[in-house]
Amino acid sequence: MSVTLNRIGLARDAYKGAATTLCAGCGHNSITNHLIKALYELGIEPHKLAKMSGIGCSSKTPAYFVEAAHGFNGVHGRMPSLTTGAKLANRQLIVLGVSGDGDTASIGLGQYMHLIRRNVDCTYIVEDNGTYGLTKGQFSATADIGSVQKRGTVNTYEPIDLCTMAITLGGTFVARSFSGDGKQLVPLLKAAVAHRGVAVLDVVSPCVTFNDHDGSTKSYEWVKEHEEAILDPSFIPYYEEVTVDYEPGTTTDVRLHDGSHLLLRKLHETDHDPTDRSAALRVIEEGRRTGHLVTGLLYIQPEAEDFSTRERLPEHPLRDYTETDLRLTRAQFDEVMAELA
Amino acid sequence: MPDPIVNDLTFQAATVNGSGSQSSNSVLMRAIFRMGIPVAPKNIFPSNIEGLPTWFQIRVSPEGYMARKGDPDVLVALNPATWSADLKGVQPGAAVIHDASYSNAGAREDVFYYPVPFSQLAKTKIDNDKLRKQLLNMIYVGVVARLLDIPLEAIDHGLRRHFQTKPKAVAVNLQAVQVGMDYWDENLKKQDRYTLRPMTGKTEGLVLVEGNQATALGCLMGGCTVAAWYPITPSSSVCEYLGTYAERFRIDPATGEKKIAIVQAEDELAAVGMAIGAGWAGARAMTSTSGPGISLMAEFVGLSYYAEIPVVIFDIQRIGPSTGLPTRTSQADLGFVYNLSHGDTKHPVLLPGTVAECYEFARDAFDLADRFQTAIFILSDLDLGMNLWMTQPFEYPERPFDRGKVLSAEKLEELKGDWGRYRDVEGDGVPYRTLPGTDHPMAGYFTRGSGHDENARYTESGEVYARNMDRLSRKFETIRAAVPAPLIESGGSRIGIVAFGSTFNAIQEARERLREAGLEVDFLRVRALPLNDAVTEFVKTHDRIYVVEMNRDGQLYDLLRLHLPSALAGRLSSIRRYDGQPIPADAITRPILELEAVPAS
Repeated sequence: MSVTLNRIGLARDAYKGAATTLCAGCGHNSITNHLIKALYELGIEPHKLAKMSGIGCSSKTPAYFVEAAHGFNGVHGRMPSLTTGAKLANRQLIVLGVSGDGDTASIGLGQYMHLIRRNVDCTYIVEDNGTYGLTKGQFSATADIGSVQKRGTVNTYEPIDLCTMAITLGGTFVARSFSGDGKQLVPLLKAAVAHRGVAVLDVVSPCVTFNDHDGSTKSYEWVKEHEEAILDPSFIPYYEEVTVDYEPGTTTDVRLHDGSHLLLRKLHETDHDPTDRSAALRVIEEGRRTGHLVTGLLYIQPEAEDFSTRERLPEHPLRDYTETDLRLTRAQFDEVMAELA
Repeated sequence: MPDPIVNDLTFQAATVNGSGSQSSNSVLMRAIFRMGIPVAPKNIFPSNIEGLPTWFQIRVSPEGYMARKGDPDVLVALNPATWSADLKGVQPGAAVIHDASYSNAGAREDVFYYPVPFSQLAKTKIDNDKLRKQLLNMIYVGVVARLLDIPLEAIDHGLRRHFQTKPKAVAVNLQAVQVGMDYWDENLKKQDRYTLRPMTGKTEGLVLVEGNQATALGCLMGGCTVAAWYPITPSSSVCEYLGTYAERFRIDPATGEKKIAIVQAEDELAAVGMAIGAGWAGARAMTSTSGPGISLMAEFVGLSYYAEIPVVIFDIQRIGPSTGLPTRTSQADLGFVYNLSHGDTKHPVLLPGTVAECYEFARDAFDLADRFQTAIFILSDLDLGMNLWMTQPFEYPERPFDRGKVLSAEKLEELKGDWGRYRDVEGDGVPYRTLPGTDHPMAGYFTRGSGHDENARYTESGEVYARNMDRLSRKFETIRAAVPAPLIESGGSRIGIVAFGSTFNAIQEARERLREAGLEVDFLRVRALPLNDAVTEFVKTHDRIYVVEMNRDGQLYDLLRLHLPSALAGRLSSIRRYDGQPIPADAITRPILELEAVPAS
């Protein structure tokens, strides 16, 4: 049997991880598969990848892809700070975080916001099912108002929209998608990895055990009926030529920092400009008003400076410097001592 | 007139914070130091920006004592709100310089008053409208200079030293000093006994440095490349000094790139999270905070312990619990930090007692963190961290960094990829790690705060869990032998003092006083936790041990009692002080004299 190898000579199996321990049918497993496909097709070198997560069902998933990569399952809601530190230590790492709606929108909201405002170069996936799975079905802060818990309780609190929040905080890549929509999610994931800066993907990912019933707005059925994709993405990596033909006016070509292209074909009559911040906020609000889940790339600012650049850090990993690079010379040290006299 | 008291006094300025008196005090202190006289400044300040009382003390002694002495001998009183209390607090025979508008009617008759119309002088003799408030304070420098006979040359030096970075300020400040001198010459006459005379033999070659500044230098020399912090008194200046030095010494002149990331985080949770993330990815990372921040870091510190990730954490202690007295000093985090976080946790804690140790321990902590892959704490305090201390210039390090047990791609190849993140290969409990980004197919592993086996795989097996925890204990025993050993000063006495941290200077002074009273007292200074056998030996060879510390409950005393064989534990007595002020020598001398039943001389 012949195996197809990617551009760095690895088979798709090299991007797999341990067997999942999540429930059969969990949306998170689909996202894992989309991630495996995206990373395989991109030809990411496993050793350059750092998989980060917090605590919860979603945060288990880094164990289920790219086994050869380093992974870090930290503490609840604090993946952003670990991610920031890892990226500061070594700019060469491709840092990919997986979190959930509890991990991000409640306990981790502060760190989420500050990661975005700093524009730390990483991919931040929220596997969003509106519920706490591991602790058996409590509402999370992204549950829509009026949505019903399995036991019948109605949510009376406003949801936190993680995309709106990301856009207002200066997020430079903000997308929403659905675990069941691989056609949309895979190119978005590739673009997120290629983007230099923080790339937030809020992916609705139904919880089959606690939140897939009538009255939930995070169920497979509800999302399938209410998803409204605004743009149809296709990703062309920097090492391939753009050969796609498109009618003028139908497609936006976003050139990413590494030379890759994200082509966004207009769908329906909606004319969304993903580089327009106000438009991005409007399209989310409009979806909310009309009861739709708007998916696709909402906002992008491909040339913003990322955190390490703003901090004037060298491309060379900080972790590799030695005493020769880091210590004051004896003359400099003597100078400092003389100043203290 | 009785004999003068030469070079032996405590000066105190009582002012309102935000009035610029810091500069005046600094100039005076540097002028006295210039005369070859040992100085020990203590800033006693409120948690406030402007308008509350603040005091600055300079302990001057021919012996070079650096502990706080307490009641002042020379007072400059410029705060009407504290005037009567300030006056009440001075020693009999004290010199009291005060604003002429304050009444001393019916007040103490055992002190000498020097009234000076400061506001009026500022109004009539100082032209600079913008700086009048600050320059008013410089007038008292002139008055004090005349009172204590500080030569103009020394004052001039103090001004130049203080305004090192803005030399233009020297002239205008010198004029204000002259206003004070002139006023003295025309209106006042020396009555008290205190005076200063240039001396030699005590301060030559010494520098003045704050503990937090020394800590920042230690971090630079120890190869710190990631520092994340959240502003909190009294630790903020650690990362601020680090930032200032980094701009000078960590910038690549060719590219402008900076070989260190110093991040002001959104809170202490994020600060320690960034440091741990960076430590995991192979950087030498630290965070610096005080008690309230330590409380917030508890969860992450457990992760560092259990997942075995190097990080260096500075706790510049202040008074707790809760917000406590944010600008007062304390040693009350010892027990909390040692076992910080839930579950079975224990951490190495370094305990600097001098600014030189602030530098050395900070520098060496990064080696310890890398070698033992765990959180290394350094417990300083407000007194050590924020006050200036005389010290010998620090030593330039000769040793290269010790990055600990890190497997490179080449090494993994030699091992044919056969390694496990949490295996105890050498029997010292310290496992090997790989860094993310290591180009080898077997380099990757999964780090987690949940149960894991020798190969870093998830497990809920009780047996594997216990085995791993036992290895962590083994590692802690290895650490016990590697942290700074106690320093022992023994004259063969049967009585000893055991203490840690910034009480060091007060203890040395107290031992002198006790010696004068005929009581030789040995001294062991604990410089790190976990405690080791040297402490047990010291207690064994002494009949009575006084454990001196600045907290209410005797935290070191408790740790010692746990550490010692029960037969020895009864030899310990506890001397505690917890009023937020650096402990003075007599708070140690008096109880020991009482308990040893030595008649007071």
